Amino acid sequence: MVGEYAIEMTNITKTFPGVVANDTVTLQVMHQEIHALLGENGAGKSTLMSILFGSYSADSGSILLDGKPVEIKNPNVATALGIGMVHQHFKLVQNYTVTENIVLGMEPTKGRLLDMRSAREHVARLSSQYALKVDPDSLVEDITVGQQQRVEILKTLYRNANIIIFDEPTAVLTPQEIDELMDILKKLRTEGKTIVLITHKLKEIKEVADRCTVLRRGRSIGTVEVQNVSEQDLAEMMVGRAVKFEIEKPEKQPGRVMLSLKNMQVADQNGTMRVKDVSLDVHEGEIVGIAGVDGNGQSELLGAITGLLPLAGGSVLLDGKPIENLSIRQRIEEGLGYIPEDRQKYGVVGEFSIAENTALKNYYRDAYRKRMGILDYEAMNQEAENLIKQFDIRSAEGAKTTAGSLSGGNQQKVIVAREISLSPKVLVVAQPTRGLDVGAIEYIRKRIIAEREKGRAILLVSFELDEIMNLCDRIATISKGRIVAVNKQDEVTEYDIGLMMAGSKKEAL
Amino acid sequence: MKLTRQKLIQSDGAVSVLVVVLGFLVGTVLVALVGKNPLNMYKALFQALSGYNIDNGRMNVRYIAETLNYSVPFILCGLSMGFAKRVGLFNIGGEGQYIMGMTIAQAIALLGPRIPVLHWMLAMLGAVVIGSLWGGVVGLLKAKYEVSEVVSTIMLNYVALYLSRIICLQLPGATTYKTANFPETALIGNAFFQRITNNSLLNNGIFMMAGSVLVYWFIMEKTSLGYGMRATGFNKDAARASGIPVIKSISISMAISGAFAGLAGGIVALGSFKYGRVLSGMDNYGFDGIAVALVGNCTALGTTLAGFLFGLLKNAQALMQGKQIPKEITFIIQGLIVIFIALRSALKLYQEYLDKKQLQKEVGVK
Repeated sequence: MVGEYAIEMTNITKTFPGVVANDTVTLQVMHQEIHALLGENGAGKSTLMSILFGSYSADSGSILLDGKPVEIKNPNVATALGIGMVHQHFKLVQNYTVTENIVLGMEPTKGRLLDMRSAREHVARLSSQYALKVDPDSLVEDITVGQQQRVEILKTLYRNANIIIFDEPTAVLTPQEIDELMDILKKLRTEGKTIVLITHKLKEIKEVADRCTVLRRGRSIGTVEVQNVSEQDLAEMMVGRAVKFEIEKPEKQPGRVMLSLKNMQVADQNGTMRVKDVSLDVHEGEIVGIAGVDGNGQSELLGAITGLLPLAGGSVLLDGKPIENLSIRQRIEEGLGYIPEDRQKYGVVGEFSIAENTALKNYYRDAYRKRMGILDYEAMNQEAENLIKQFDIRSAEGAKTTAGSLSGGNQQKVIVAREISLSPKVLVVAQPTRGLDVGAIEYIRKRIIAEREKGRAILLVSFELDEIMNLCDRIATISKGRIVAVNKQDEVTEYDIGLMMAGSKKEAL
Repeated sequence: MKLTRQKLIQSDGAVSVLVVVLGFLVGTVLVALVGKNPLNMYKALFQALSGYNIDNGRMNVRYIAETLNYSVPFILCGLSMGFAKRVGLFNIGGEGQYIMGMTIAQAIALLGPRIPVLHWMLAMLGAVVIGSLWGGVVGLLKAKYEVSEVVSTIMLNYVALYLSRIICLQLPGATTYKTANFPETALIGNAFFQRITNNSLLNNGIFMMAGSVLVYWFIMEKTSLGYGMRATGFNKDAARASGIPVIKSISISMAISGAFAGLAGGIVALGSFKYGRVLSGMDNYGFDGIAVALVGNCTALGTTLAGFLFGLLKNAQALMQGKQIPKEITFIIQGLIVIFIALRSALKLYQEYLDKKQLQKEVGVK
């Protein structure tokens, strides 16, 4: 007999050292529905699904599939039980064809030989049945990210999955690819599959999901029928309080050019040219966003501006002065601030205290210096205590707390406090809210806007189109290392930018 | 109770003490296993530490002085290792830097101007300078061309050994194993120490060692140079992105690191010997310095205490033999201590396991 629910996870608890990732979570997914799993970063979504897929084992709780209790010890058991997972980061062999990737590990054989012909037919059949357009003979390295995701979906179908888990599937896609994915999800439902969609994007849930379970800090807050609730309701369930989506941004007349990029060429560490002929101006009191899919030259561009990477050609002018031949410290002294994307690698020294971190860029200056190069730790601590108050940094032991023991949001506040306290002329910001909770996101964005009010020139790289649209005055879209267009924020839609990000629309609108 | 255990495991100093105690415990068991009385081992150690011979009730301060004298090169080589380690480098070249310091000190002692005080000061200065060059070149190679300091220091150790032989064989009165005697003006002996310690070898080197410990602590903890170095050691990428001159930090730190080891070489050459040695093998102080720094957590105080412990063990060797305890037991204890240092991470894992269990209990109660 078939149970009422396709998946029934009851009272699942999973702890990691220092964290309760799932605390008596219950999830009931009906047959043939698209069930969204909503929550902020760190709410326990991925842990719960990893337990379902056998990557982790729960400390307690039970799992029923079709009403039958199961024990999923590892992903192989999950696959045998008809559970498939489409990971956020694809697990594909780049120089294999689509078909080879799909059958890898379960290759059909004829005698002792591979039977690639029947494999190819099988893949083509699945591909047309589920409307997953992809050429079975292409090499994976030659197809788009969206198509690679379809290959991942086909992999689960090839293994006869009835339940497919999607882990943040839209994070790497352009808006157009997202639309196509939504259609694919609906088609899969029509064909009888049960789908769990892990996401923190409310729009997607409203568009495709039937029901939605909300997790907050490891607990299940509730399951709702999506059609009965608004995005605002979902957001409040997710965060636990009312949320403001849009940040007020007063009108501001930009001043003179502060940062000027001229025909920049930058190669990555392997010598591949990643930034090709980029020119862009950022004015005082202006936020210019660089929109694009991750890996289109953004990090190399910022690396060359800040001095972490050498410039292969072109020039960078800060307030009219070329800085490309200056050392990193000289650039900082000229007034270049930088909030890096990878905050633990480039932003803070985890073993240092907050005070030592906020002084990281100016510890050698007079304010912190006594005679003979002796550091004035007292002055350092005092300044840090000021910044802790001013930027609402939550720490256990004030200025002496080690940065590594802070939460991601508070680490980011330490970096933002340091950069802003140096009063830079130009602030380069990369993915400032990545991995932060909604409260911290709101705060960091407000601070960036406040810097704009002070007349700073701000260059913002983000992979979140929402963030770009929300904060920026002008938007430069980057694709394959080139700026394909620069538009005023109120003259374009997310959809336009998405098209340009994909490289299909080359001209300014 | 739980809090104290947690604090104990998180405190590096406490773990080091624990590790040393463990090393001695296992050493004791081993002595008992080979059929000797472990009590004799502790008697020897006690005599090396206090100068008091329990068996015949006689006191001789010379033993204390010798322990201190043996500690000097251990502590300095420990500082050498520790300084580089704090900047994120693994300086295995302490031995080579020590040999070069010794060699140049010997050369200046035999060839330099025989002016009291100035003579030995010049020799020490030479030892410090050559040590810092020998280390600094490694730092430069690492910082500019990303040459692994582990490989280059190991190779430079052998270059130092054979270069030292070439140089020392050219010195006045050189035979295959020694040179002529040093002139009085080159020696760093201390007449006062000799009088009060029954003619021990304890010399002015102990003051230079104490000064070095202070310099180490001062640079690391108090100056902006040390701050930049520590930042580089903890997180090179963040240091670089923040404008800290990482290349300079690395080069300077290796030079300072080499200076400590070079000084150790100079002190041993002119403090413990009356003639120059033509080395046929290594003295191993440089290598033992690695263990000293690890036990001492690379702090100034910790390294000093650990170096003193190693000096104590070395001085106790002869006394142990007199009491029918094989002197090799001291090497075994040293080895055990280094092995147990690796327990630090095991203890952290244990703590994490306990934390997890605690959490599960709390969740279960709800």
